[in-house]
Amino acid sequence: MLAAVAPTVARAVGSLSRRLGRGGGTTLPGVVLLRLDPDAIERSAGRLDAGSVVISATNGKTTTTRLVVDAAKALGYSVTTNRAGSNLERGVAAALLDLGRRRAELPVGSLGVFEVDEAALDAVVSKAHPRVIVLMNLFRDQLDRFGELETLLERWRQMLTNARAQPGPVTVVANADDPNLAELVRSIGNDIDVIWFGCNDATVGLDAVAHASDATTCRRCDHPIRHDPAYLGHLGAWACTNCEAQRPPLDIEIVSASSTATGQTVKVRAGEQHIVVATPLAGLHNAYNIVAAVGAALAVDKRRGPADGTSLSTVATALGRTQPAFGRGERVAIGTRELSILLAKNPTGVNQNIRTVLAAPDPVHILAMLNDRTADGRDVSWVWDVDWEPLIERAQRLTLTGDRAGDLALRMKYASADMSRVVVVDEADAALDDALGKAPDNATVHVLPTYTAMLDLRTILTGRGLVADQWDET
Amino acid sequence: MNPTLPSHTVRLCHLYPERMNIYADRGNIAVFANRLKWRGMSLEIREFTLGDSVDPSDHDLYYLGGGQDRDQDLVAGDLAHKADALRAGADDGAAQLYVCGGIQLAGHRYQTASGESLAGVGVLDLETVAGSTRLVGDIAISTDLCGPSVEVVGYENHAGRTHLGDVSPFGQVISGHGNNDADKTEGATRDRVIGTYLHGPLLPKNPQIADLLLSWALEHRYGGRVELAPLDDTLEKSAHAVARTRVGLDR
Repeated sequence: MLAAVAPTVARAVGSLSRRLGRGGGTTLPGVVLLRLDPDAIERSAGRLDAGSVVISATNGKTTTTRLVVDAAKALGYSVTTNRAGSNLERGVAAALLDLGRRRAELPVGSLGVFEVDEAALDAVVSKAHPRVIVLMNLFRDQLDRFGELETLLERWRQMLTNARAQPGPVTVVANADDPNLAELVRSIGNDIDVIWFGCNDATVGLDAVAHASDATTCRRCDHPIRHDPAYLGHLGAWACTNCEAQRPPLDIEIVSASSTATGQTVKVRAGEQHIVVATPLAGLHNAYNIVAAVGAALAVDKRRGPADGTSLSTVATALGRTQPAFGRGERVAIGTRELSILLAKNPTGVNQNIRTVLAAPDPVHILAMLNDRTADGRDVSWVWDVDWEPLIERAQRLTLTGDRAGDLALRMKYASADMSRVVVVDEADAALDDALGKAPDNATVHVLPTYTAMLDLRTILTGRGLVADQWDET
Repeated sequence: MNPTLPSHTVRLCHLYPERMNIYADRGNIAVFANRLKWRGMSLEIREFTLGDSVDPSDHDLYYLGGGQDRDQDLVAGDLAHKADALRAGADDGAAQLYVCGGIQLAGHRYQTASGESLAGVGVLDLETVAGSTRLVGDIAISTDLCGPSVEVVGYENHAGRTHLGDVSPFGQVISGHGNNDADKTEGATRDRVIGTYLHGPLLPKNPQIADLLLSWALEHRYGGRVELAPLDDTLEKSAHAVARTRVGLDR
């Protein structure tokens, strides 16, 4: 009885919460639903005849989820997703609420595609029993919340062990270029179905593995790992310098990815087939997101078993149409200038954003926003692990704001920045005006905000009528 | 009082920088380098990793940061071969800074969560046992090392509970967990050695501690008593003031 009315109660709470303007009402209904009906995820997910895909990573899960949703829709699936970026257990529950309302049979080809927080993945997998698990990367991030990388790796290992034991087939789509992840997936055993993706374009290799690397030693023998080359953080064509451990052979690979600041053309090999994705999503990190999405689409469709095979050209076209998720390379026109918003939440992500920004013609104008609220991580020491130096060299102006802007200013000072180009503006509103005002006509101001700073910026932009309310986004 | 000279160079022994760097330890190194540079001096950074041997007569300043448990295990085994040199360096009056995982390894023994006992350098008379919960959050302490009751701010995140033997604490906890969440001590110090759980990193927002360590290092190399020229620390003080508010103190 309680379970029967739970969705109704939960939806009413969501509607009320939205009207009260509290957090867009995207997760509160899920909290209520799980409280009233703890089995809601399991039962609702079980009604999806095509099953579910879960996507987790330190970086890229929101964008990849959008990509997979668009690809799946193009392949004819009826998709349920948690697109608002609420990616904890309650967010998945909230996304499934709509299914609970529908008494009638769901259409054939009903598929769930869920972005899941790295620390919530084990709980969601144990309830949603996904058929496809996409594991993209693990970088050091919010150590005060997640703990060490090793702790997350251990939870993911347990999650995979449990997933393998569940009834029904599971496909893991995994990033072969992440040494920790690749060794983790391989340690589960040979009988697990894996699609490996990675990069094979040496022209986009880095000179060296970034400072904030979390994969310097072999997980089998503790000897150093060599990257030849490294592509992004500790992602790369890796091999142990001592034992036979090395990157698994790629099933799906980035053949080439050459990005400008506003987009790129990614050539992809999937098995024997080649596709080209022309996308407005800039940066090598998005090329990784695209091959992960191709892997997810193939894994989903394999279960359906289309007679003529998955139409990869359909997938390529759909992926090329995916627009940036909010704050992930989103561009907003303001008069004669433009904002490019690049969520900045951990060292590897910011390093990659800086690389993407520097693909633009110089000089660059930067608005960096550092908060230390719960969703950002309370510990701001991570900004010292970011390699700001190349950005500082090219920055005409660095406007700093946010609750911990002073820590950013110190970071810039000790990186030998020309402090006459660095300014701290406490109020985000005024900081935005400073950055825009100092940039010439037709210039792009690149914004690097932490998560809550991005929400603050969003509120300001909404207040100025420049963007729609984020929660209305579909 | 000896004047510092442009030719003066501090020789830094940076231990396991590629493994022990989890809480932005390189920020501390950047502070050492820049605060010398701004005074016309320089820092010579020598990096030491697994298998390298350390000559204690060759360094004025030593640094060991924090690492993940897996790296800390590897480092602990190797430190056994460097422990004599590090203790000799400390006895000789070189400055040493051990942060987070560093202070755990600077003690006699670190017992991990799985019950394994790792031998430490033994340069500080303390022992650490991993607890079942992590002590996480902003922290402020008061130390008398560089003048009476100087406030030091930072962030701590450690499972280890450290208990001091015959050694002074680095400071008294004003707000936060400190060594063991019980006795209000934070860190440890002897001679020119400091061990602490404070990262953030430690030195950018606490320039007095940075300058204390640098003056110790210069004294070790060039003798006499060193007084460093003041620098413009407006930004440092401002960031320090904001960090204070995170533990409920007034700005």
